[in-house]
Amino acid sequence: MIDFVVHDEGDSVGVVVVEGVTAGQELTGWIMDQDSEIKFTAASDIPIGHKLAITPLKNGDTVIKYGVDIGRVVADIEMGEHAHVHNIKTKRW
Amino acid sequence: MTMELANATFRGYRRENGRVGVRNHVIILPVDDLSNAASEAVANNIKGAMAIPHPYGRLQFGEDLELHFRTLIGTGANPNVAAVVVIGIEEGWTQRIVDGIAKTGKPVTGYGIELHGDHETVMRASKTAREYVQWASELAREDAPLKELWVSTKCGESDTTSGCGANPTVGNAFDKMYKHDTTLLFGETSEITGGEHLVAERCRDDQVRERFMFMFNRYQDMIDRYKTSDLSESQPTKGNIAGGLTTIEEKALGNIQKIGRECLVDGVLDKAEAPTHPGLWFMDSSSAAAEMVTLCAAAGFVVHFFPTGQGNIIGNPVIPVIKLCANPRTVRTMGEHMDVDVSGLLRKELTPDEAGDALLDMMLRTANGRLTAAEALGHREFVLTRLYESA
Repeated sequence: MIDFVVHDEGDSVGVVVVEGVTAGQELTGWIMDQDSEIKFTAASDIPIGHKLAITPLKNGDTVIKYGVDIGRVVADIEMGEHAHVHNIKTKRW
Repeated sequence: MTMELANATFRGYRRENGRVGVRNHVIILPVDDLSNAASEAVANNIKGAMAIPHPYGRLQFGEDLELHFRTLIGTGANPNVAAVVVIGIEEGWTQRIVDGIAKTGKPVTGYGIELHGDHETVMRASKTAREYVQWASELAREDAPLKELWVSTKCGESDTTSGCGANPTVGNAFDKMYKHDTTLLFGETSEITGGEHLVAERCRDDQVRERFMFMFNRYQDMIDRYKTSDLSESQPTKGNIAGGLTTIEEKALGNIQKIGRECLVDGVLDKAEAPTHPGLWFMDSSSAAAEMVTLCAAAGFVVHFFPTGQGNIIGNPVIPVIKLCANPRTVRTMGEHMDVDVSGLLRKELTPDEAGDALLDMMLRTANGRLTAAEALGHREFVLTRLYESA
């Protein structure tokens, strides 16, 4: 059972692909490019399609997904915590 | 198992100019907002004729007017269209569109409303539409090689599942088709922001790369000129954000999964321009679904791949829009809008190759005549791109 997917092993976030993930839940992740598996505990409730941090992220850090820069952290994010517009912003525009 | 495309064929309508269409529409095309009522009256009179109303065409000028003409002429010229009746408020601009469409060799007649009024215009145009519909009804499909099927793509209401499921499925299909001398198109200029270096790397040569970066920077300049925020809730949209996409960069990296891993960008087009040779083309275009698909149809593409995450329900009057989705919740709650369910990708129940083949299979079935979900549900969104205010 895959609960979340990660594009590349160097990424800082994964994507929840099942409904109803709650804080404290043990999750199994699939790293697609390397076809490997990781286990994780969700630190927040996370809706389907939303991201969780798979590494601790500090204010000002760059967020990596697909192995590429997708924006900057604007509030610290713990491992397993919901990562979205409340703690990540674009570097463009 | 990988689908064998080398000898693949589809059943289409070969038009007077040699292009092959997959639909056989007779359209009633208004030149301007004022002519919508007469166009819709004709379509109501004549079964099998379809009006394509829109809100523009008055006091436009310069590049914006050229784009208006190019889009309407391109829509009429599309190989999915058998014949066209054009109706405008006056005869001059009406004739300009008729002449543009007539270059394809297909039947086209125009009517100006001034000096006649709606009643007489509707009567005269209905007589022509009746002749066109009966003539078109006897045209027959014939076998055509895959390379004659022009396929465009654009995604909508994307979420994070688009980037890991539905968009890579289009990429897989594009990689497979590219090898067979097909003509393919992508665009959505603002939605490449953050991944422009990756698209630039995929350009065939420096000339294509320079043209791509010119289009990319031109769009960035426009956004910089008018923006009042970082565009959050516009690009990415409110729906994208609800689906888990956070920044334009993240959305862009998902978007460009649609051009696969192998095909090169062979050329760059301005809005509604037609390609001049096979290959993968980038068209400068809005990322708004109906605007972009309308431009694809005007550029001569006959089938469209539309991956969605949260469930964009768009269709087009002229080209079939094939929806695919990898989000299991969207497939469950909005199943009637989906043509291909690739949610198994995220459960490892489907390989990328199998997903790509499922899309190609649906593409050939659609080309052969199967109605898409959007066609069956009556989605005919036709939206003209405007560059600036009317005079």
